[in-house]
Amino acid sequence: MMLPPFQQLVDDHWRDVARLCAALAAPGEGEDAAQRAWLQALDAYPSLRHARNLRGWLLTIAARAAADTHRRRARRPTPVAALPDVPAGAPAARDDELWTLVRALPERQRVAVALHYVLDLPHAEAARVLGTTPAASRRLVSDALAGLRREVRR
Amino acid sequence: MNDLESRLRGFEPPVAPPVLPDSDVSFTSTDTPVGRLVLAATEAGLVACSYRPEEEVAERLARALSPRVLRSPRRLDPVRRELDAYFAGTLRRFTIGVDLALARPFARQVLQAVAAVPYGDTTSYGQVARGIGRPRAARAVGGALNANPVCVVVPCHRVVASDGSLHGYAGGLPAKRLLLALEQRPAGS
Repeated sequence: MMLPPFQQLVDDHWRDVARLCAALAAPGEGEDAAQRAWLQALDAYPSLRHARNLRGWLLTIAARAAADTHRRRARRPTPVAALPDVPAGAPAARDDELWTLVRALPERQRVAVALHYVLDLPHAEAARVLGTTPAASRRLVSDALAGLRREVRR
Repeated sequence: MNDLESRLRGFEPPVAPPVLPDSDVSFTSTDTPVGRLVLAATEAGLVACSYRPEEEVAERLARALSPRVLRSPRRLDPVRRELDAYFAGTLRRFTIGVDLALARPFARQVLQAVAAVPYGDTTSYGQVARGIGRPRAARAVGGALNANPVCVVVPCHRVVASDGSLHGYAGGLPAKRLLLALEQRPAGS
């Protein structure tokens, strides 16, 4: 069994991990979540038993690290007035308003949305990250879209 | 409604690569007068100084030592400083630690013997073989030196054929010639 040098994982996947974390983490905590995900992956790497689907393995860790930022935030009182969620002058390409709605979706739905639209993963590959079937991934995405449309229309 | 999907696809956050700590094996590449060398270090010392391509060296390190192989130029700064000084002719003896983990036991014995050949001096394959008590193993000594994982720093270039011809070198004969000529220059010139 041959695991590639960890640097190769970093070079091949750091953009995907960063984008997934930026999409899913609490606002302003994407970079921190990505950093934590990489440290966890580096720590666990030698104990992997095979090198199949390393990208899926990394994205699973990244999605969990992003979810943890919401749990940590929920546990600590945040002075909302002093800490605006949308940084002033944020680039329009981030579409913060929409992504605030995405982050309010049930966890598996928002992960499915990010995998499908931000990383452009086919449902077969997204399903492996989600630990489910391609059909279920497709359903998660369509349920999420339905929920988002309701919110956007409001 | 497709508008929603295209908005989701258009998400372009600013991203930055992760900053990772030094791990089991660190590597970098450096340009020298004998070409580009790939350097790698473990906690025990310099484990590779190689003429091979970076990707090939990294894969070998992952297979032989640990998959936690990361690019880390900073960790190899002391090695680069000594190599620079060596190529400038101001350093005649490397002080950095060497880790022969990539060499098999016989090769390790050969490389340890070769490490004792002084700067500016040369020896022959047969002499090295005799020195390690294996007088008939000159050919195997050549093989071990050709596979030297820590070139330049473990000076396999100081071993030449008994008739004085250069014989062979992992970095090619011009590199071997350059290293031997460098070591013939008077100190500090």
